[in-house]
Amino acid sequence: MRLLGQIATRLISYILVIAFGLTVVFFVPRFAPNDPVEAMLAKVSSQGAYMDAAQADALRASLTDAFGLKGSLLTQYWNFVKRIVLTGDFGPSLAMYPTPVSQLIAQALPWTFGLLLSSTLIAWVLGNFVGLWAGWRPNRASSRIMEGLAILVYPIPYYILALVLSILFSYIWPIFPLTASVHGAPWSFAFIKSVIWNSILPALSIVLVVFGWWVISVKAQTTQLAEEEFVRYARLKGLGDGRILTRYVLPNAILPQITFLALQIGLMFNGSIVTEILFEYPGLGHLIYMAVIQGDYNLLMGTISLSIIAVATATMIIDLIYPLLDPRIRAR
Amino acid sequence: MRSFKLPKIGSFRLGLGLALLAIFVVLGLILPWFAPVNPLTWYKSPRNQGPSLHHLLGTTNLGQDIFWLLTWALQNSLILGLTVAFFSTLIGVFAGLAAGYSGGWLDRVLSFFMDALLCIPSLPILILLAALFGGQLSLPIVGVALVLFNWPYPGRQVRAVALTMREREFINVAWFSGESRLKILGRHIFPYIAGWSAANFINTVLVGIATETSLAVIGLSSAQQATIGTMIYWALKYQALLAQRYLWVGAPVLAIVLMFISLFLISSGLAIRSAARRIG
Amino acid sequence: MIELKNVRAGYGTPDAFVAAVDDVSLTVHDNEILGIAGESGCGKSTLMRTLYGDFSGGLKMDGGKVTGRFTDPDNGRTTESDAANFQDLWWDVMSYVPQGSMSVLNPIMKVEKQIVDALPKREKKGSKAELRQRIVEFLAGFGLPETVLDSYPHQLSGGMRQRVLVAIAAFVRPRLILADEPTTALDVVVQKRILLMLVEIQRRLKNTLVLVSHDLGVHYQITDRIAIAYAGKIVEVGPTAEVFENPRHPYTEALIGALPRVGQKGERVGLEGRPPSLASPPDGCRFAARCPEAQAICRQKSPPLVDKAPNHASACHFR
Repeated sequence: MRLLGQIATRLISYILVIAFGLTVVFFVPRFAPNDPVEAMLAKVSSQGAYMDAAQADALRASLTDAFGLKGSLLTQYWNFVKRIVLTGDFGPSLAMYPTPVSQLIAQALPWTFGLLLSSTLIAWVLGNFVGLWAGWRPNRASSRIMEGLAILVYPIPYYILALVLSILFSYIWPIFPLTASVHGAPWSFAFIKSVIWNSILPALSIVLVVFGWWVISVKAQTTQLAEEEFVRYARLKGLGDGRILTRYVLPNAILPQITFLALQIGLMFNGSIVTEILFEYPGLGHLIYMAVIQGDYNLLMGTISLSIIAVATATMIIDLIYPLLDPRIRAR
Repeated sequence: MRSFKLPKIGSFRLGLGLALLAIFVVLGLILPWFAPVNPLTWYKSPRNQGPSLHHLLGTTNLGQDIFWLLTWALQNSLILGLTVAFFSTLIGVFAGLAAGYSGGWLDRVLSFFMDALLCIPSLPILILLAALFGGQLSLPIVGVALVLFNWPYPGRQVRAVALTMREREFINVAWFSGESRLKILGRHIFPYIAGWSAANFINTVLVGIATETSLAVIGLSSAQQATIGTMIYWALKYQALLAQRYLWVGAPVLAIVLMFISLFLISSGLAIRSAARRIG
Repeated sequence: MIELKNVRAGYGTPDAFVAAVDDVSLTVHDNEILGIAGESGCGKSTLMRTLYGDFSGGLKMDGGKVTGRFTDPDNGRTTESDAANFQDLWWDVMSYVPQGSMSVLNPIMKVEKQIVDALPKREKKGSKAELRQRIVEFLAGFGLPETVLDSYPHQLSGGMRQRVLVAIAAFVRPRLILADEPTTALDVVVQKRILLMLVEIQRRLKNTLVLVSHDLGVHYQITDRIAIAYAGKIVEVGPTAEVFENPRHPYTEALIGALPRVGQKGERVGLEGRPPSLASPPDGCRFAARCPEAQAICRQKSPPLVDKAPNHASACHFR
């Protein structure tokens, strides 16, 4: 029962967080000096299209409608929330008219998801492996070297590392492509190969940084756990190092990592945006960038709302999984 | 044994980090005053020079001296980071103390805002702002936005510390012996959170600089002012890489990497020390 | 049985060696309950770790010999080993009962797994269900329900947890069980139950139980023989009843004098002062500084541990 109560509280706070985020996204443009409609009109006329006053007014009216800027602030807000929550409809993209924004997002999302998920997973597994060893035998030279490397790599933002990697592997030793280009029929071998080939550098930039973090934190946890009574008892029961590490230390080290992961998702998403832009990787971050460059108001509002929802959802899912994994909380 | 070992690692990290940071303080806060020319202005120097005695790191495609440009960039980035960290920590410490110490509805409201802000990715919102401000954000606006997104980190930590503090014996003793609330805060609780706050402050400097840099690298920060990010942006935009002018990109990249490492060493050194103090 | 000969064990480098066990000789017999008693910091934990062959965390043996000879009652086969190799015998020939604190069991592993994962090969014959059935029956013998197996440690009470720890150690039918303060921090009723459980196991297996406790009352209740440790030395060893009746060392007498007794009137006599530092022990008898009967010789010459009565030895110049 207490668990159900916790889940309910978490769901309510999830909804409140998204409401809060969407409200911020909705109101920020209202305080900006630039009117998106006028900006779009200026863009259209600067491209050489001639409009008389009546045509301009008609365009202004239809843009106002398309941007969801019609009616009082309250009506606009209500329509905005309704559109996102009920239908997931962000209107048509203006730069790629009439493709709906939702379709563009649906195309980009798997890329970002795949990039973040696979690189986080790889970094996590490797980081736990190395961190566990470094914490278990902290005085070995190999442990010290690994920790030193982790401390050097961790504070560097992904995109700086991405830049360094691209300088090294796309300019100096041109092994990997500078920008992503995917070819081949969907899900053919050539397609998958090109996806992986294009993802290696952006993924590596994330993997290295996240790996550094895990090494540092798992090492600290392991050193602490190694002094726990139950680890000592396990050793006195005659269990080998390998067994103690995998059954006693690792599971106890992983649990707190999960809550930490929940806190980090937002920051990781931030980092992946810039990495995607630098590598022209066709994910959500790149889509946000295209929206800014092309002044695509609907696309911008859509992608940003969605990134908030995505991050909040991922965080909530992790928070909900945690009690299932920890018997001390589950059993209550 | 533990409380004996940890501070040693902590002070080693702290020392190394501070030494590295000192270099950047000299480069970024003192040297810019001695710049012979305004390095932002184009074509003040011959273009595309390699490193020489006259131009330590060479010049850019636009006739700017890279070394002096770098000092200006470091200045702006450092000032931005320090200002953001100062205000974030200030707000965070007060909000955290208020939430943890008073409890009740104030705690709930503040905790909700802290949690909500933590799981909203800040960069998309900053990009939205930048787009609506015509593709460019001036540094003060970036700073304000960063403060808004970064105070919850120290806030949450201080709240947690304040919560455990409330349960501690010596606070109760002080409470029942009739010390005023403010005095308890100042004399008993603040010294405890000062160590954590210092670590957090440095961390926020790091996050502030990193976020501004990321905005700048994609061309959404101020183009009129030099920051490390805008330097990288211009270098990329003028194809410094294709032209194999690696110093133009490499100098700001190396600078920011070293600066981040030094800030991280300082913040983790401080955290280890205050953790040790709490154990010992 | 295990024999310690002039054992010196402790921590640190050869230049600055802190001998928590200093020149101790002691024989642990088959089929007995031996108690090791003393104040905290007297070296009894180190002595127990040396007996168990647990040389970790900087503990080193600096001199002497610890040899063990264990006979399997089923086939009469004997295993001989020394302390450095005792760890090959852990949870097979010898096992250990820790103090049952909250964190002594892995908090996120079910109790059954924590019993099974340490079993030697001979116990793992047969199917998993059979093994579980055997464990269930074994636990039932000590009043522990089957549900314990599917519980996590935090779901058990303190007494329950301690009984589980005893059961885990006893299930492998070892020749030697070492119990380190197994009843400390438990209330008297639960304490009694644990002690009875330990005795019953020893009587049933006819093996050796070494019980380390600072609480003389515990020793009085169940041990056959008792060794009193003081500042890294054994100062007295003998049959428990005899030692309590006729202590042959002033320190033992002081410890017994501090025990509460039914019907006792007046103040109990406590012992003034603290044991000397093990880093720089005094010359002569280590108890001299606190001893009411100390003479000049006590501060100069260290008294050897010698038999004062059959099987009853003490290290005192006068008794």
